[in-house]
Amino acid sequence: MKCQKCDKPSTFHITELTDGKPVELHLCEEHAREYLTQSSQEPTTASSMAAVLAQQMAQQMAVGQTAEELAELDQQICPCCGISFYDFRSQGRLGCPHDYSCFAPQLEPLILNVHGETKHVGKIPRHAADRSEAQTRLIQLRRQMEESVADENYERAGQLRDEIRRIEQSEEIQ
Amino acid sequence: MELNDLARGPGEWLRGSGPEADIVISSRIRLARNLAAFPFVSRASESDRARVEELLRTRVLQIQDASQLLYVDVERLAGVDRQFLVERHLISREHAESHGSRAVAIDGHETFSLMINEEDHLRIQVMHSGLDLDGAWEQVNRLDDLIEEKLTYAFHDELGYLTACPTNVGTGMRVSVMLHLPALVLTRQIEKVFRSLQKISLAVRGLFGEGSQAMGDFYQISNQITLGQSEQELVKQVADIVPVIIDYERQARDFLFRESHQNLNDRVSRDYGILRSAKKISSEETMRRLSSVRMGVNLGLIEGLDIPVLNELFIHTQPAHLQKLIGSELESEDRNVERALYLQRYLQSHTRGDESERN
Repeated sequence: MKCQKCDKPSTFHITELTDGKPVELHLCEEHAREYLTQSSQEPTTASSMAAVLAQQMAQQMAVGQTAEELAELDQQICPCCGISFYDFRSQGRLGCPHDYSCFAPQLEPLILNVHGETKHVGKIPRHAADRSEAQTRLIQLRRQMEESVADENYERAGQLRDEIRRIEQSEEIQ
Repeated sequence: MELNDLARGPGEWLRGSGPEADIVISSRIRLARNLAAFPFVSRASESDRARVEELLRTRVLQIQDASQLLYVDVERLAGVDRQFLVERHLISREHAESHGSRAVAIDGHETFSLMINEEDHLRIQVMHSGLDLDGAWEQVNRLDDLIEEKLTYAFHDELGYLTACPTNVGTGMRVSVMLHLPALVLTRQIEKVFRSLQKISLAVRGLFGEGSQAMGDFYQISNQITLGQSEQELVKQVADIVPVIIDYERQARDFLFRESHQNLNDRVSRDYGILRSAKKISSEETMRRLSSVRMGVNLGLIEGLDIPVLNELFIHTQPAHLQKLIGSELESEDRNVERALYLQRYLQSHTRGDESERN
């Protein structure tokens, strides 16, 4: 597909919501950058680029997938932090470390596209997270506790708090 | 340590010493880290953020003597002070402008700054004057090890250090050098250099302001890829390209010096004249003229003025610095008057062979 503004191939596919309706734009890198710097007055160009990357990846996934399948992937929710893949696509930021596992099939093409690799070969922390399950559980429990407090379900919140403390204490390192 | 203690000095990154300091201003490495037991910052509740801040603060205070550490609660900081830290490259603009529990820890020499609850829970940044990426890597690596002793980072066997944005995943490392490239700008070759850098996955951006004509002709070159290469390889990738760019800049300076000596000398001298005698001057104009004078000094066209003095002026004439040095908040118009006065006095008292009294 050609860029809408010149003859170069379009590599960025941007969906804008105009009056609630999605409008698609297909641009080459140069025009995408120009478009993005024009349309967003925010200084956070890094995050808008991240959102574009996420969009770009979604486009790649679309190959061989039906709209329903795509919508299904979009609506998948991380049980730990509660964000949907759509939330990530629109904001360009993940919600918690567990998203990398839970959205792994969707993230892999994006990561490959950005880095050209999918495997870390650098530094490894001395106590690498073999306790990651407990850590993930803590994120989930803290969220549930806050929700319980918001619902004024203090009994449940108290139980959750005790469980959080129990895990925290069994983990000497936070 | 207090924030105001920092204002008088130029900070590590503009100290103006170290290898190749006439062109390479500073070397910087940052690592992005997150605590495994908390959601990333954008998804964290206020109590999560407060807890992350507390855990990291406790650890930082364990590893660094409090008399040599400035720990700043960014959330409660006045606007001008936040801007001041941004101008010194100790915090990012995003960190200054966001909301909720967040902080920065800075050592006495301003060689490191630890941003807490920026885009990631922790951003460890080390800055060294001149070209010293190996020294910066050694220091940042050691800090990372120390912090990690008592905390568990979010780490994945395959993907490495996990970050809020997948563009930083893996090493979480950004290696950058800040370069002063006035001759490449003047000879209109800078775009060409950028294009070739982009081809090898290096990013270039202006140090102050956005766009290709960076204010003061300062540019930052950094790696874009963070996954699939070791930290040493990423350092090497940036370190290898720097001598090439230094060489281009020197060639461009030689060319200007040889081929249009009179024009160059005239231009540089006029810029120096304006800095010494203007009665009102904007930050942007100051940067432009300082950049030209800086090159003039390096080429021997201006005598009696040292590079560290100019480096200090680059930072002192920024809006928040100026207000802190003068001791009151000023509107833009008044700042332009004060800036001109400051430049005049500073240049008078810091030039050799000038009979004016020193204060």
